[in-house]
Amino acid sequence: MSDATLTRQTAGDLAALLQAGEVSSVDVTQAHLDRIRDVDGAVHAFLHVSDAEALATARAVDARRATGERLHGLAGVPIAVKDIVVTKGQPTTAGSRILEGWVPPYDATLVERLRAAGLPILGKTNLDEFAMGSSTEHSGYGPTRNPWDLDRIPGGSGGGSAAAVAAYEAPLAIGTDTGGSIRQPAAVTGTVGVKPTYGGVSRYGLIALASSLDQAGPVSRTVLDSALLHEVIGGHDPRDSTSLPEPLPDVVRAAHHGDVAGLRVGVVRELTGDGYQSGVRASFEAAVALLAEAGAEIVDVSCPSFDYALAAYYLILPAEASSNLAKFDGMRFGLRVEPAEGPITAERVMAATRGAGFGDEAKRRIILGTYALSAGYYDAYYGSAQKVRTLIQRDFAAAFAKADVLVSPTAPTTAFRLGEKLADPLAMYLNDVATIPANLAGIPGMSLPSGLSDDGLPVGFQILAPARADDRLYRVGGVLEAALIERWGGPVLSAAPELEVTTR
Amino acid sequence: MPTFSTDEVARVAALARIDLEPAELERLAGELEVIVHAVERVSEAVGDDTPATSHPIPLANVFREDVVEPSLPAQDALAAAPASEDGRFLVPQILGED
Repeated sequence: MSDATLTRQTAGDLAALLQAGEVSSVDVTQAHLDRIRDVDGAVHAFLHVSDAEALATARAVDARRATGERLHGLAGVPIAVKDIVVTKGQPTTAGSRILEGWVPPYDATLVERLRAAGLPILGKTNLDEFAMGSSTEHSGYGPTRNPWDLDRIPGGSGGGSAAAVAAYEAPLAIGTDTGGSIRQPAAVTGTVGVKPTYGGVSRYGLIALASSLDQAGPVSRTVLDSALLHEVIGGHDPRDSTSLPEPLPDVVRAAHHGDVAGLRVGVVRELTGDGYQSGVRASFEAAVALLAEAGAEIVDVSCPSFDYALAAYYLILPAEASSNLAKFDGMRFGLRVEPAEGPITAERVMAATRGAGFGDEAKRRIILGTYALSAGYYDAYYGSAQKVRTLIQRDFAAAFAKADVLVSPTAPTTAFRLGEKLADPLAMYLNDVATIPANLAGIPGMSLPSGLSDDGLPVGFQILAPARADDRLYRVGGVLEAALIERWGGPVLSAAPELEVTTR
Repeated sequence: MPTFSTDEVARVAALARIDLEPAELERLAGELEVIVHAVERVSEAVGDDTPATSHPIPLANVFREDVVEPSLPAQDALAAAPASEDGRFLVPQILGED
């Protein structure tokens, strides 16, 4: 099978080919490494490519399979990992210059699980610095470009993982989602991304942004592939005190379920309408109609406090981030910068290091968070934001009494141009308006492509489910994806233009 | 709402231990003014009787058995340190001159 054919396969199909002995993991892994070499100079999805290590894992899997050993279903299928997840022996930067060249001394739990299942790790993907952003333009190492149009953003913060999957550089990737960083990049790149229930995937080894919001999850080209990866990384971890003790619902079975008859699908009134591009709305409405044709009962739900979600989020996140990022102080790891003049004290080294090592958005949010938590402002800002969080949870509870899942467009617009929103932080924050409520309430969400907007760019369809009911995302997503493929004669991503092959 | 002066940004940046250039102070003052104005509306949404939520899923504290487990070898922990000496992190002076 040719390289080009291998890189177009889904993870599920690659797993089947590997299990049948029709291809080797070395072939599959090399094909993806070749593809990275050919297109990543233009896309810049990767900050680090681990050729030798990925091939060594692939060879080991092939050898074990040859002895007849029973392996994990995805053994030998390569994967890319967002560079905010620590990988022992592979550099991890969180997209920040302050961590340039840092090689973690341990693996995140989810990385341990990937290694135990035998997935070769192709490399580490680009992101907005410490996952703060919606466009990957805030990376300390230059932006990632959208494979649909290299002049446009791939979303953020996980633009690298989404672009890697969309550009066929990897069949699977790991993302993290604090306010939409898995789902919004999926939306603007025509791929699938899932934010599991808070605590559904261990946070041990994620470089924390906002600890009460962060959640790692799968990035892929199909709903089933996300389910397969979710199963590998999900489940209880004693090293994460917020890890859910319950077993993961059967997400793979749910992806195969194939039926939504009688399921109540709630359209969230506050997450559609004027603020959404007309082409986005049209695609969303067509997808809802497909679910209705498949037998789902469409209901209208209202979540009035969502109007305050963005404001609450941009107080809670900076507050938590300002605390979490205090550890980047130039003492134990990462950059250390000494002040140009005056005494060299620890305090002054910290300030010089952080001034030199953090980018604009990290500084903006740390200072905003410090301000929101400071004396005299705490109650009005942080205290009120935490109360809004209660209101949002109540809205979700009321909505899920009327509907089994909720749906909305994932993002208000399709991919915008690089640079378009860099000078206006508030306009950038508005990209997350539909994804943030799920993080504030800890519930699971999925984005899958619903088609193209009138500008020819992909549109994301968001599905939300109650906490611990991640399987419902896959059930509804699987049915919608199948209906769309039937209508289109292929996946939405097949409409993306071919990337020019240039050696990086 | 207090307006964001460059002095105010400098005060908060000092609390956050971030050195900023004069141009950065200027730009951040304008940006933070806009952002704080947008987010301060949270206070109009809630009343005194609304309970605060700090965490999305109700949780109890988790303890493990009080037994010794392997920990990171000191040399691994020190491997990425900007400076180390005698198996310890080497840091600039903590206390002032006086």
